[in-house]
Amino acid sequence: MSDHNHHHERSLSEIEDRVQRLEALLVEKNLVNRETIDALIDTYENKVGPRNGARVVARAWTDAEYKTRLLANATDAISEMGYQGRQGEHMEVVENTDTVHNMVVCTLCSCYPWPVLGLPPAWYKASEYRARAVSEPRTVLREFGVDIPQQKEVRVWDSTAEIRYLVLPQRPADTESLNQEELAALVSRDAMIGVALAGEAR
Amino acid sequence: MNGAHDLGGSHGFGEIDRRQQVNFEHFWEQRVFGLTLACGMLGQWNLDQSRYAREDMHPVDYLSSSYYEHWLHGCERLMKERGLVTDSELQSGTASKDNAVMLEAIEPDCVDRILKSGGPTLMETDQLAKFKPGDHVVVCNFHPKSHTRAPRYIRGHRGTVQAHRGAHIFPDQHALDGGRIPAHLYNVRFESETLWGEDAAEAGSAVYVDVFEPYLE
Repeated sequence: MSDHNHHHERSLSEIEDRVQRLEALLVEKNLVNRETIDALIDTYENKVGPRNGARVVARAWTDAEYKTRLLANATDAISEMGYQGRQGEHMEVVENTDTVHNMVVCTLCSCYPWPVLGLPPAWYKASEYRARAVSEPRTVLREFGVDIPQQKEVRVWDSTAEIRYLVLPQRPADTESLNQEELAALVSRDAMIGVALAGEAR
Repeated sequence: MNGAHDLGGSHGFGEIDRRQQVNFEHFWEQRVFGLTLACGMLGQWNLDQSRYAREDMHPVDYLSSSYYEHWLHGCERLMKERGLVTDSELQSGTASKDNAVMLEAIEPDCVDRILKSGGPTLMETDQLAKFKPGDHVVVCNFHPKSHTRAPRYIRGHRGTVQAHRGAHIFPDQHALDGGRIPAHLYNVRFESETLWGEDAAEAGSAVYVDVFEPYLE
């Protein structure tokens, strides 16, 4: 196998074959179990995803005491909802206000709070976002359709250590009559990364 | 290391492509995801070592290959480095008789428990924290060829400590030999103008980075 095969598009079948060989080899050597791989995929495809984070946000919007706990000790407050573990061991929640808008990136790889958001979207892991979020956040936000007024500060959180960030978006206006479940439906994955506002259809 | 992975502030990448909204675009990507996690659970390497195995790709390969190709590269590389597979086995896809290993695969019913417990990095330490919120700090100008979590764009720059995160496993050492040394971790605010200069910085923005004490002067 060439280490310096600098084609932009390696053929799909070439990669598929390589992955199949690796999996077959590791199964034969009893280093991995195929059902374990299936269970790992199933966890993040079907069980853990941004609905978890949305429930945390909706609760914070409706329960002032919970919100205080969430901002003071996010790991414990999130774990109280049953969401914890890998890539969410040490959580911080950053709150959007009338004067501050927060957004999250990992410039070095793709660190992301799995227990509350699931696996990151492709764009979050891609070079474009990782390169630009820290140096031109307002421009990036405009690409996502979010125009932050000049007087509002934009804070970019680069997840370089093992702290994982969840953005607490501002509660949309005229939602007083909604219950937690209805509110959670207004909270998109992107709003909790900080590249959308709550209540926006995504 | 100053690898292609250290992307913050890089130019020329263009618009963000938001078309792919699913976790896995191709079936093989799911398998690489599951394989990587399942192999990691064998306990033969830690998270920082797996990050280093990906970022140590040739820069041209790193930038021209997809995310799960990085993972595939890292997984194969670590399995080889730990003597669990050989190049010829990877090429044939079948085990050779003279490279038996004594590890056992993680069973599917352990998955939930392992994921739920995760890998906390917070550590106890007797060493006092050097800095406190409000302190002005400067990131060292250093360029290790080994793994580090100090992105290039903050090195040499001044910021203000916002929070002390306690002491965590120091990733640079953790990647080198698995040593779990506690290092105080601080959240540091960097003004955009400090990082990117008056002309390039977007007014009214700041970057917050979790910085380990050994990275600070």
